[in-house]
Amino acid sequence: MEYLVLLGIAVVIVGFALRLDSILIVFLAAIVTALLGNLGIDGFLTTLGESFVSNRSVALFIIILLVTGTLERNGLKQAAAELIGKAKGATPGIIIALYGVMRLVFAAFNVSFGGVAGFVRPIIMPMAVGAIEATGHKPDEDYVEQLKGMASGMENVAWFFGQVLFVGTSGAILVKTTLAPLGYDVDLLQLAIIEIPVALIAVGVTAAYYIIKDARLRRKFYGGESGVRKPDSVKEGE
Amino acid sequence: MAFFMDPEVLSSDKIMEVFYIVMGLMSIYAGVHNLRDRSNPSRYGTFVFWTLLGVVIAFGRWIPPMIDGLLIVIMVIPAIAQRVKPGKAAEPTDAEVEGNFRRIGQKVFIPALAIGVFAIAGALIPAIGALAGCCIGVFVSAIILWAFNRANTLAVFLGDSERLLSAMGPLCMLPMLLASLGAIFDAAGVGDVIARIVGGVIPAGNRTVGIIVFALGMMLFTMIMGNAFAAITVMTVGIGAPFVLSLGTDPAVVGILALTCGYCGTLLTPMAANFNIVPVAMLQMKDRMGVIKNQVLPAFVMIVVQIIYMLIAC
Repeated sequence: MEYLVLLGIAVVIVGFALRLDSILIVFLAAIVTALLGNLGIDGFLTTLGESFVSNRSVALFIIILLVTGTLERNGLKQAAAELIGKAKGATPGIIIALYGVMRLVFAAFNVSFGGVAGFVRPIIMPMAVGAIEATGHKPDEDYVEQLKGMASGMENVAWFFGQVLFVGTSGAILVKTTLAPLGYDVDLLQLAIIEIPVALIAVGVTAAYYIIKDARLRRKFYGGESGVRKPDSVKEGE
Repeated sequence: MAFFMDPEVLSSDKIMEVFYIVMGLMSIYAGVHNLRDRSNPSRYGTFVFWTLLGVVIAFGRWIPPMIDGLLIVIMVIPAIAQRVKPGKAAEPTDAEVEGNFRRIGQKVFIPALAIGVFAIAGALIPAIGALAGCCIGVFVSAIILWAFNRANTLAVFLGDSERLLSAMGPLCMLPMLLASLGAIFDAAGVGDVIARIVGGVIPAGNRTVGIIVFALGMMLFTMIMGNAFAAITVMTVGIGAPFVLSLGTDPAVVGILALTCGYCGTLLTPMAANFNIVPVAMLQMKDRMGVIKNQVLPAFVMIVVQIIYMLIAC
């Protein structure tokens, strides 16, 4: 039964779907496939050793870690916060869209500011809520809930599609090392260039969608006067 | 030494071999550091994992493949047994970070962006290559950081990298293991078997159908598995190679866009908990699917855009 070698694929799909330990799944799948494919224990160990060593480029992130933590220590996140903080008087939708653009540009250089935990929660959300208050409105709970969803969505879209622009990102290296044994040699810079229009469209579409959605939500919750700045001395609905 | 003298070996490969030794030593440092850290709840397991990983990365080329394989098997045992853990981390204090920021300010972006700039520069110089360029960029970045702030000594860089590596844990090895899994699938002939089965369902030789099936398959597989990296290995061997690449399509376009088609799946699935469910908790949202709902439209637009892109470019 030659179809038996497919059991390894089944192990991967079922294993991930059941949320078992990822390393355990991959290892089980590798052993099952090797044994059913008549590689034997020797063949399994040799193929594993050979491919792991020839795929060491996927571990490139380790050497990048040499500066990642020290960049943070020297105020990278604070600098990013200052940069986005220049968007004064913007609507919540525009703040989220600008964050997406900034995140995309820096992701292309493999620079991250801490994701939802490190940046969206402490910096982007307070800015967005501050923008509602600056127009003299009380932040509505359901509206803020939607802003949280949009800010996280912007974070994910910009990071996913931005990091593939970095020449040396794990994803592109994995594609390269997956294609190599199949007989296709691809160039990392070329892979990054191919993704440029995809990344621009992804962030552009998402940013435009969130700006429009935010404008609709403001009309729904605060009526037609949204976006009109009231004098700072006026405080409503404390 | 013979490897570095061999004129047959590409200079970019020789440079990378030096950086693999650096990476391996960083991993070994993480192993030894955790062994000596009495606050680490799993000192020995953590030590075995990072040290063996470092040995294979640094010296794997000179070790017989079968022994490499054996070392990797031993390395993943503590990882599977959940015995690889971070110890106490010397995180920078807010006061220190604030002080550094006041001194360096926006200039900190220069070393941050240096790595990517050098990666591109390296890619444009064949004797260096993108990977080695990236590694050189890391060292340039470190030197600039040191020039800005002399408190950034080698010990600080090593300590910070160990802290991040330990915090990432063994899961950071998943892409490497998946790449190896792909090689094992290939050696066992998995691709041929799938090609024969799928060949009965979708018409072979039809480029348009092949591309659409591959793109949607990547999205759906990623949604089920919650991980585009896991999906790309299986799907490229099974669908991509026999039904799209064998027709003479551009392997670079199809290969990398398949990955980002997978990312469209990542945007849609609660299986990708780190991206879609953890933020819900972190931002104290009421709707568990609140993040995913805001990603549905971008994901569908992007899968369509990418299928059209593949059809036009191939």
